[in-house]
Amino acid sequence: MTDSQKFDHLDKLENQSIFILREAYKKFKKLAMLWSIGKDSNVLLWLARKAFYGYCPIPLVHIDTSYKIPEMIEFRDRYAKEWNLNLIVGQNKQALADGMNFTQGRITCCTALKTTGLQQIMEQYDYKGLILGIRRDEESTRAKERYFSPRDKNFEWDFKDQPPELWDQFKTNFDENTHIRIHPLLHWTEVNVWEYIQREQIPVVSLYFSKNGKRYRSLGCAPCTATIDSQASSIPEIITELKATKTSERAGRAQDQEDTYAMQRLRAKGYM
Amino acid sequence: MNTAPLRGEEIVAETNETLKFVMVGHVDHGKSTLVGRLLHETGFIPDTKVEHVKKVCDDQGKGFEFAFLLDGLEEERDQGITIDVAQMFFRTKKRNYVVIDAPGHKEFLKNMISGASNADVAFLLIDAEEGIQEQTKRHAYLLSLLGIRQIAVVMNKMDLVGYSEEVFNRTRDAYLEYLSTIGVKPYTFIPISAYHGDNVVKKSDKMPWYAGGSLLETLDAFESKDDRSKLPLRLPVQDVYKFDKRRIIAGRVEAGSVKVGDELVFLPSGKTTKVKSIEKWNAATPELVIAGESTGLTMEEQIFVERGDIACKKNEQQALVADRFTANIFWMGNKHLQKGGKYILKLATMDIECVIDSIPRVINSSTLEEISKNAAEVAKNEVAEIILTTKKPIAFDTFDLVPETGRFVIVHEHDVRGGGIIHKLVEHYSAI
Repeated sequence: MTDSQKFDHLDKLENQSIFILREAYKKFKKLAMLWSIGKDSNVLLWLARKAFYGYCPIPLVHIDTSYKIPEMIEFRDRYAKEWNLNLIVGQNKQALADGMNFTQGRITCCTALKTTGLQQIMEQYDYKGLILGIRRDEESTRAKERYFSPRDKNFEWDFKDQPPELWDQFKTNFDENTHIRIHPLLHWTEVNVWEYIQREQIPVVSLYFSKNGKRYRSLGCAPCTATIDSQASSIPEIITELKATKTSERAGRAQDQEDTYAMQRLRAKGYM
Repeated sequence: MNTAPLRGEEIVAETNETLKFVMVGHVDHGKSTLVGRLLHETGFIPDTKVEHVKKVCDDQGKGFEFAFLLDGLEEERDQGITIDVAQMFFRTKKRNYVVIDAPGHKEFLKNMISGASNADVAFLLIDAEEGIQEQTKRHAYLLSLLGIRQIAVVMNKMDLVGYSEEVFNRTRDAYLEYLSTIGVKPYTFIPISAYHGDNVVKKSDKMPWYAGGSLLETLDAFESKDDRSKLPLRLPVQDVYKFDKRRIIAGRVEAGSVKVGDELVFLPSGKTTKVKSIEKWNAATPELVIAGESTGLTMEEQIFVERGDIACKKNEQQALVADRFTANIFWMGNKHLQKGGKYILKLATMDIECVIDSIPRVINSSTLEEISKNAAEVAKNEVAEIILTTKKPIAFDTFDLVPETGRFVIVHEHDVRGGGIIHKLVEHYSAI
């Protein structure tokens, strides 16, 4: 067996992500990882356990909008216990008490319940580094992200003036009152994520698999996340389907379609 | 607009190999249009995205802009300019590709460098009508400093010069002359029209005088990055873990390979011990780890090692240890690099304070004109030869032997402001 056969494309992706997770863990004393319960953050959590030899020394933050699909919460609670995770659940209780929901505008709702909810937890615990499972192939503003991406004191992303990033030397020095978003899965594609889930047998929420001709391709809040027509009820079937699809992954996420630059505006303000 | 001859779903790559290539060149020479065209014709732009771009173009009262498939930011589309690098994915029958679209405007050079530093292959674009411009030269020089050797030149907008062989030959000869002065040997020159799709995916009948392949055929002919595992071992220590009874030295093998029983030397201290085990979670323990692997080792003896040390093999060529070396750097900071200034140097996993001892030469990175000798500072977008001293001796290599441990970045006020490659160690301090 030659070296190149031994070290395949998934190994390359995995090893780069482990390198990034270890850099983050070494350089940030106050570090957290966002766990959305979706397939990407489950892969991220798995990679952390690989990087740190079965342990996850980084606390996991879940921002609960209260509108998540119930299976997601069941999954979260089951694996938090089984894998002995340090789970912190954040919720913008004031906004919910004031009746925030998507009918007030999806972007307004996402900003209040997700961005502000996250901001509250970051302030409460004073996190300086936040690990997220976003990928470049998801949508065009994410295609321009760095592995280590700074956010200012107002949580804002200055996408017009990002720091250089070369030779895996990352931005690990920063001003007080700012934080760094760390994106270890940035170079993965949606198909890679499923191939890796298959190879590693990583548990995922059953909502991704077809029931009665429908499945979720991307998971979010129940009122703003639509299923797609699909017969794919196993991981190999999902991979085959994705290799042939001509629709984008987030087509079922209503907030992205609010206006032409919805995701740019949401992300510039601190959205994931 | 041509309809796609092939659709992405019909393409099954022979291997899972991935090659990363970057598109560089002067602003407005059509890099994003070419990448958009390539992704569209290979069938890798989702229908929803094409619809979305059509809507944006209609709103702006424009025809279909292929560049908008990549330039996703509102500011980019309004000004018709790429601000930051975008990375996109597609595949051919040969393999998978990541295409990195880098900005061509001088103001965004740091973004171009961020994109190009990750590439295996580079395409340098020239507008056939405008010819060689400032960034056409600068980008070529930076590619050579970044260590990218596999380069092809693409002459775009051939439709605007009537698909003329004469224009093509004239620009090619002029550019070859420039490239030879910086030691860049392009693999080939390809005449194309990204806007009309000539010679992008398929050979065009408009340029019968051109005997070479289309851009996509040329791409498939490149090799993926050379195998670093044949080099001597370089394992920079990233961290030391003690989650349980095991004391694991973690790091990524940057060059060479390592196995259980190998005798390692940790530099700069020179401490030696043998590898006791290679650790892995939820997988079989490997016998051997090779370049590119993020690994963890336990040692026979509990010697003190720390982040920044580089492990080498006792029976192989070892890294250099010194506190002074000469390097070629490119500077991206708004504030000038100062002679005598203190900076943070990051090399592999080492962060250390350093002082710029002298700046023997500063050159304009586009014209290659020598700006000054024994300079006091280096301005943004300039390239210079420098001698620097680190606070303590560190382990490193010269760039030509092991690129991964022969290059570094300079950090100032929290951000990376420059990058450099090491020429040689300086034994004794002397006025240069």
